[in-house]
Amino acid sequence: MPAPELSDQAVEAGLDALESPRSARAGRSTVDRLRWIARAVLPPVVALVLLVAVWQVVWASAVLPEFAIPAPAKVGGDLWDLISSGAVWSILWTSIHRAVLGFLAGLVIGTPLGFLVAKVRVVRSAIGPLLSGLQSLPSVAWVPAAILWFGITPAAIYFVVLLGSVPSIANGLVAGIDQVPPILPRVGKTLGAGRLASAWHILLPAALPGYLAGLKQGWAFSWRSLMAAELIANSPQLGQGLGQFLEFASSYNDMAKVLTAIVLILLVGVGIDVIVFRPLERSVLRARGLTGTP
Amino acid sequence: MTVTVETALPATGAVPAVRLAGVSKSFGAGPRAVHVLAGVDLVVDRGEFVCLLGASGCGKTTLLNLLAGLDEPSGGEITLTTARPAVMFQEAALMPWLTAARNIELALRLRGLGRTARRRHTTELLDLVRLSGFGHKRPHELSGGMRQRVALARALAAATGGVREPDDDRPALLLMDEPFSALDAITRDVLQTELLRVWQATRTAVVFVTHDVREAVRLGQRVVLLSSRPGRVVREWQVGGLAGADQSAAVEEINQRLREVISQHAGA
Repeated sequence: MPAPELSDQAVEAGLDALESPRSARAGRSTVDRLRWIARAVLPPVVALVLLVAVWQVVWASAVLPEFAIPAPAKVGGDLWDLISSGAVWSILWTSIHRAVLGFLAGLVIGTPLGFLVAKVRVVRSAIGPLLSGLQSLPSVAWVPAAILWFGITPAAIYFVVLLGSVPSIANGLVAGIDQVPPILPRVGKTLGAGRLASAWHILLPAALPGYLAGLKQGWAFSWRSLMAAELIANSPQLGQGLGQFLEFASSYNDMAKVLTAIVLILLVGVGIDVIVFRPLERSVLRARGLTGTP
Repeated sequence: MTVTVETALPATGAVPAVRLAGVSKSFGAGPRAVHVLAGVDLVVDRGEFVCLLGASGCGKTTLLNLLAGLDEPSGGEITLTTARPAVMFQEAALMPWLTAARNIELALRLRGLGRTARRRHTTELLDLVRLSGFGHKRPHELSGGMRQRVALARALAAATGGVREPDDDRPALLLMDEPFSALDAITRDVLQTELLRVWQATRTAVVFVTHDVREAVRLGQRVVLLSSRPGRVVREWQVGGLAGADQSAAVEEINQRLREVISQHAGA
């Protein structure tokens, strides 16, 4: 008969082996990869192809005049000209660097603001509702005010982008902190964490999923606000961003260029989301065992 | 199988780890105030394992929160001669974004240990709770029992700053609030053995809250029965070193007394 100590150890080891959840992603076979492509890549591609097909049919039927609906091939051609001539890069750069700078500034302002709103009761009751209200206010409404205050300058554009992104980022952090299970800060307190250590080691990482969702929305709002600002604040010294390109095309009644601009705006919005935010979100959720989507 | 517990501790004459004198706690004020604890007197020696036993609503958790410094008593005095007490809750409450090892390291970090000391102590603590190969796992990749063992290692890290050196005489205190009650019977049994082993290895004082008489008698050197609403100490039993029939008799006796205490509330 084994010694009791030994048998306990054996039972414990057995329990550990039996009860620890198995890792589901032991290895991906080629079949799995094909299945993944069929599930994740195929549907959006098919949807896009169908959309272009419908567009082609509507154009070919000529129910609407050519200036209202140009041929898909014409838009594609314009897009290709823009890319092959290299003109697209300076346009994209003008807009994207503004959006990124504005978003980063929003991050720097929105994060401490959100933290204050979440943790200080007076601040929450004072500006919490205002912050939520600002989030639903279309930031294009700020463009006239920004132009009156700053003139047609980059400052006016950044102002609009900031007002678009800060509320989303701050509110995301507030929601993230509100959803932290109360036991975690309690544990922190028993471990001897002061206010600052608790914020840094426990609250902020615990609030990360909500905060990331806020960042994602903050980026979307930055990009939208920027387009609104560029469309309206139009002057040669501002350079040519996507918004100005769109406005230019519109004033020349060039529907193909208008659609080209819209396609580019969409591509950038979706691209940043797919390249930056989705992998970030996925790795954060996976580390916590919270992955909902495959 | 029984586990015998050494009762002979060099506690004689030493300053106790914990002393509670007439501690009371009420929530609210005036006629509608709820008196949870009324005049609790309790002494826990260094290295002693005390089980607080009582029915629901006896203020066990409130008492533990007072000891942990998470709450202030309304009256009476609490004297701790230990380092900051470490607490283990019913749920493991590990940080879900940190691996098991990092969770333990966080406790050491908050105690101000340097990186190399943290690494060394974490390895030792994982060894102590027999999770050596699991340091890189995240909480969601561990079973409930394993999570609770990581929580135990973290609590020990907080209480002692790592595995204690033999010449280290800082008294440590571990507060446990029904830490095994959410686990299945087999896992609970294994973890009780584990806890006794770890306690003997580290010699921290333990205040263990439970409503399970069998668990209290098996683990504790001393069982303290609390009455309910308001909670006060009804009786104490020395149960350290009991085995076999003596242990069963103690369980029987304490159970009987607990039932009496509970039935007093039937008319109220």
